[in-house]
Amino acid sequence: MTTLIEAPPSDADGLLPTKKKKSGGGLGQYLLIRFLLIFPTIFILVTMVFFLMRITGDPITAALGGRLPPEQLQERIHAAGYDRPLPVQYFEYLGQLVTGNFGTTLSDNRKVTEMLTTYGSATLELTINALIVALLVGIPFGMIAAHRRDHLPDAVLRVFAILCYATPVFFAGLLLKLTFAVWLGWLPVAGRAKTSSELALTGLQAPTGIYWVDALRSGNMAALGDVMAHAVLPAMALGLLTAGIFLRLVRTNVIGTLGRDYIEAGRSRGVSEFRLVTKHAYKPALIPIITVMGLQIAVMLGGAVLTETTFEWKGLGFQLANYLTARDFVAVQGIVVLLAVIVAVTNFIVDIVAALIDPRVRY
Amino acid sequence: MSTTTPLEATTDRRAPLFKRLPVISHFNKSVGLQRGMLVVGLVLTGVFLLTAIFAPLLAPYGFAQLSDADGSFPTQQPPGGKHPLGTTVGGYDVLSRVIWGSQTAILVIVVAVVLSIFAGVILGLVSGYLGGWLDRVLVVVADAIYAFPSLLVAIVMAIVISGGESSLFGGVLAAAISITVVFIPQYFRVIRAETIRLKAEPFVESAKVVGASSIRIMGRHIYRNATRTLPLIFTLNASEAILTLAGLGFLGFGIEPSSAAEWGFDLNKALADTTSGIWWTGVFPGLAIVWTVLGLTLVGESINDLNDPRLRGRKRAGNKGGPDTAAAAQAAISADVRSS
Repeated sequence: MTTLIEAPPSDADGLLPTKKKKSGGGLGQYLLIRFLLIFPTIFILVTMVFFLMRITGDPITAALGGRLPPEQLQERIHAAGYDRPLPVQYFEYLGQLVTGNFGTTLSDNRKVTEMLTTYGSATLELTINALIVALLVGIPFGMIAAHRRDHLPDAVLRVFAILCYATPVFFAGLLLKLTFAVWLGWLPVAGRAKTSSELALTGLQAPTGIYWVDALRSGNMAALGDVMAHAVLPAMALGLLTAGIFLRLVRTNVIGTLGRDYIEAGRSRGVSEFRLVTKHAYKPALIPIITVMGLQIAVMLGGAVLTETTFEWKGLGFQLANYLTARDFVAVQGIVVLLAVIVAVTNFIVDIVAALIDPRVRY
Repeated sequence: MSTTTPLEATTDRRAPLFKRLPVISHFNKSVGLQRGMLVVGLVLTGVFLLTAIFAPLLAPYGFAQLSDADGSFPTQQPPGGKHPLGTTVGGYDVLSRVIWGSQTAILVIVVAVVLSIFAGVILGLVSGYLGGWLDRVLVVVADAIYAFPSLLVAIVMAIVISGGESSLFGGVLAAAISITVVFIPQYFRVIRAETIRLKAEPFVESAKVVGASSIRIMGRHIYRNATRTLPLIFTLNASEAILTLAGLGFLGFGIEPSSAAEWGFDLNKALADTTSGIWWTGVFPGLAIVWTVLGLTLVGESINDLNDPRLRGRKRAGNKGGPDTAAAAQAAISADVRSS
């Protein structure tokens, strides 16, 4: 019952060469090396995405081929510089990336950076909401399963966890939509907010783009309720997927710590079972949860693409699907690069947190 | 439903070799809840396999069939009558597409997993045994791919394979190769870690002393020992392959409805139906995905538990789910419930 939820793979088998090298060194050196490791990761992904996307041809032919006469197509390709040798384009692209220029989308002619900031906040909101759902469901249920190990609640919760994993987010989303939006009519079917609430939020100074934060700041309770109602189903669809993983992770780790001597000692001193599980056994089980949480961000971003499409949640994933259909590979490349950066940075943060909590990680 | 269990009961009594076959030996080792999970998983997987094999006999219509002798099929018809699970907005028969979809799923799983094992094992052996800069580069590249959302890797690969030109390989192969690229790093890591461990073993050193070439040592001595965990990863990856395929299909990157039936694609088309309360076009393909993934996951997880003496339940002293200090194989698949 454990394969889905192990501790991070990199640590167990010493795959990262940098980790082996450090025999001495303090926290500072460790963090520095971890930080420097971000760059090759991003660099490799950017390079791979660039060359892979160009193997098949230039973006303009992909987006507009067949719709423009060949001469005009050639003209536009030449104007955009896509007829130059690939290495030249590659280094130019790298240079642009460093200066924060991601290019202009082909299908709707927007700056990619502007598109990323507009839709990125929606994806961020969805991911945060889903993470909250996952933690709220996963941690308590995981503790219950650990406490009632091998009894009925444990069996039920384990089946629940596997079901969470086996159900694709878009199918979970479809079922939730059918049940709560269409049949029961309790919650809205799709979107992030009603047009009226969106209008109410646009006047705000320096909007965060995370609607419930904006609604809270504006003090508009009607808009807040509306935004919340829209957020529930997508957050559940994406959150339950991760909740299953957290549940199993908490369960396994709490069971592991429950067997320790200090728990027995606590029990003999008369500490209540509830306190033993929630305080004594839970805390040491936190480290793997934090590491896996970081890894789950990558998984959640993948899931967000599908969730957003299911609920017409206008974030990066929704846009990604649209740009894919439009064959707008400049935009696709921009989104993929941004996600690569997010994943690399998240992994770095996870490493820092893990190192701060547990000194053993550093060596 | 009982397709797999009686079969094992008979094989058990035959030559001892059968008792040593992977799944059967696991079945014999298992007790209680673990055996239940394994059996349920085997039954679900068995039904899935049989459906795929006998799809031409089971499906009432073809996957792209829009009419029969009585004229064209009605569109969005509720379940019942000639169409037990109803029809879609395009007039396809839902039951037929669900059944044919299992064939597509199997095809993609087999091609994807075989390709990635092949590439991953070779790369892992070479990288782990030879070491040096090649090893460093391969590890960094594999880590980069591994850390990235697998669905996005698959999407990029799908663009590469079928995006520019019209599909040369056909949709199935394109989807399979996209998934392959996601999995290669996983096999690579497992095999590499095992190879590094085995490299230090006395039997490798004695092979060196005898004068065996590197290729021979890798191909004979290490390969045999390093690939023991592969059946487990295979079952776990098979379920992931299905989820990735469905995810690709859901985003419209799968297989055209006229060339094969694909559950994810059907779910995508069903999305618009839900608002008007039409549930049968989406629920059934979705259930098919859940069924298959559930079956494969249960089998894989049970095998994993049974391989690990600390997790294996025993008849008296139940010792399930002990603390997890991961073995290399587990660690590599770990945490990477690549969603879809």
